[in-house]
Amino acid sequence: MANPQRPLPETASQTAGPYVHIGLSPRAAGFEIYEVEPGQDIAGPNAKGTPVEVTGIVWDGNGDPVRDVLLEVWQPNTHGAFAHTDDVEPGFRGWGRVICDFDTGEWSFKTIKPGSVARADGGTDAPALALWIVARGINIGLQTRMYFPDETETNAVDPAMGHVPEDRRGTLIAQRTEDTDPTRLSYRFDIRLQGDGETVFFDI
Amino acid sequence: MSPSDASNGTLSGTYPRDHDRHPSAYTPKYKSTIARSPKHKLIRIDNASEGATGPLFNHEDLAAGDWDLLSNFAAPGESPIGPRIFIHGRVLDENARPVPNALVEIWQANAGGRYRHKVDSYLAPIDPNFGGCGRTLTDEAGRYRFRTVQPGAYPWPNGPNTWRPAHIHFSVFGYSFSQRLITQCYFEGDPFISRCAIVQTIPLPQAIDGLTAKLDMEETVPHDTVAYRFDIILRGRDATYCNNQPEGR
Repeated sequence: MANPQRPLPETASQTAGPYVHIGLSPRAAGFEIYEVEPGQDIAGPNAKGTPVEVTGIVWDGNGDPVRDVLLEVWQPNTHGAFAHTDDVEPGFRGWGRVICDFDTGEWSFKTIKPGSVARADGGTDAPALALWIVARGINIGLQTRMYFPDETETNAVDPAMGHVPEDRRGTLIAQRTEDTDPTRLSYRFDIRLQGDGETVFFDI
Repeated sequence: MSPSDASNGTLSGTYPRDHDRHPSAYTPKYKSTIARSPKHKLIRIDNASEGATGPLFNHEDLAAGDWDLLSNFAAPGESPIGPRIFIHGRVLDENARPVPNALVEIWQANAGGRYRHKVDSYLAPIDPNFGGCGRTLTDEAGRYRFRTVQPGAYPWPNGPNTWRPAHIHFSVFGYSFSQRLITQCYFEGDPFISRCAIVQTIPLPQAIDGLTAKLDMEETVPHDTVAYRFDIILRGRDATYCNNQPEGR
């Protein structure tokens, strides 16, 4: 690329393959090697806000669960602050890794509901979990977001949502389900890689 | 810094991705992509918080010996079987700036081409002294280094007689979540590179060459360990953004 602003081209992506757990979550692959596997606790012990649990399956175009998928989550805290350069509760990282059951493809994770984020341009980002999805057969990690069904007003003015055709916005909104744990709100978020109801994926 | 600065609406974070350098989602010669590739185009969003923020890592997240796959799983006094190699290089961005404190995680098959994973059943044996994963943080100049064994090629069920070239999987974090990259590093001269449907998902020969580690005699330790060099380029961040953000963390 001759662009002087970008003298080096980005390294090409390759699939994470089915053995991604060896590198990113070796206990899931079946062995103990690292004392600490990062990304196990998204919100940490001191997080304020509403505890939530999200469960889902990533489905392929044949309607089969993707049983080797690995997801990463990135989110702000309940005040819309990111554990990046903002101040957050001690132990709040806002990032996690999610492994599915290798037989059923179902995954779930616990965190706190993110806050909405005030943007410098005057707008507001609705509360959302950013998700990054890799698996065998995914050549480049897929980026999507999970929004909350009880945020109708903020979702309606969310700038990213504004780029999504109206008939596809529903693919980004989780469903509220019966709480399995009285201390947290339960949501279901299935992700469809292809076919009817294909989830919206972003180029960010 | 206030929360509003984290997704500053006037700053775009990472450059738009140059998709010509990457595989398309649908690459039917690599059969697993057929049912796992979205049919809709990706929807571009500018000024997303994922472009300006991401998880940051430090030395408390890992142990000092995690970088050395020759010793991080081996019994005391023992070592995995296979050619001893260093794989090293720099993590830079598209602006050619070093990316310090980048978490680099790798995983690979052993010298016989077998992974230590519940679902791998290739007939080559598990090496009792080899876990097959390592991790490290880049230094201030963006440098990283691993010591390991050269992985073996192995068969995979994409066709009747299909083999993966020897490779090491790399997972890299940059400064923002949108710089997240997973890729695979190959070794120069491997005749399976041109025959592999996964490698050949990449349309540009130069981009494949960028994934091919080069023999590095300068860093090779005589009578001890052969070195290979593999540099990793993450997406750049636009100048406006950088002028408003402290560098380095």
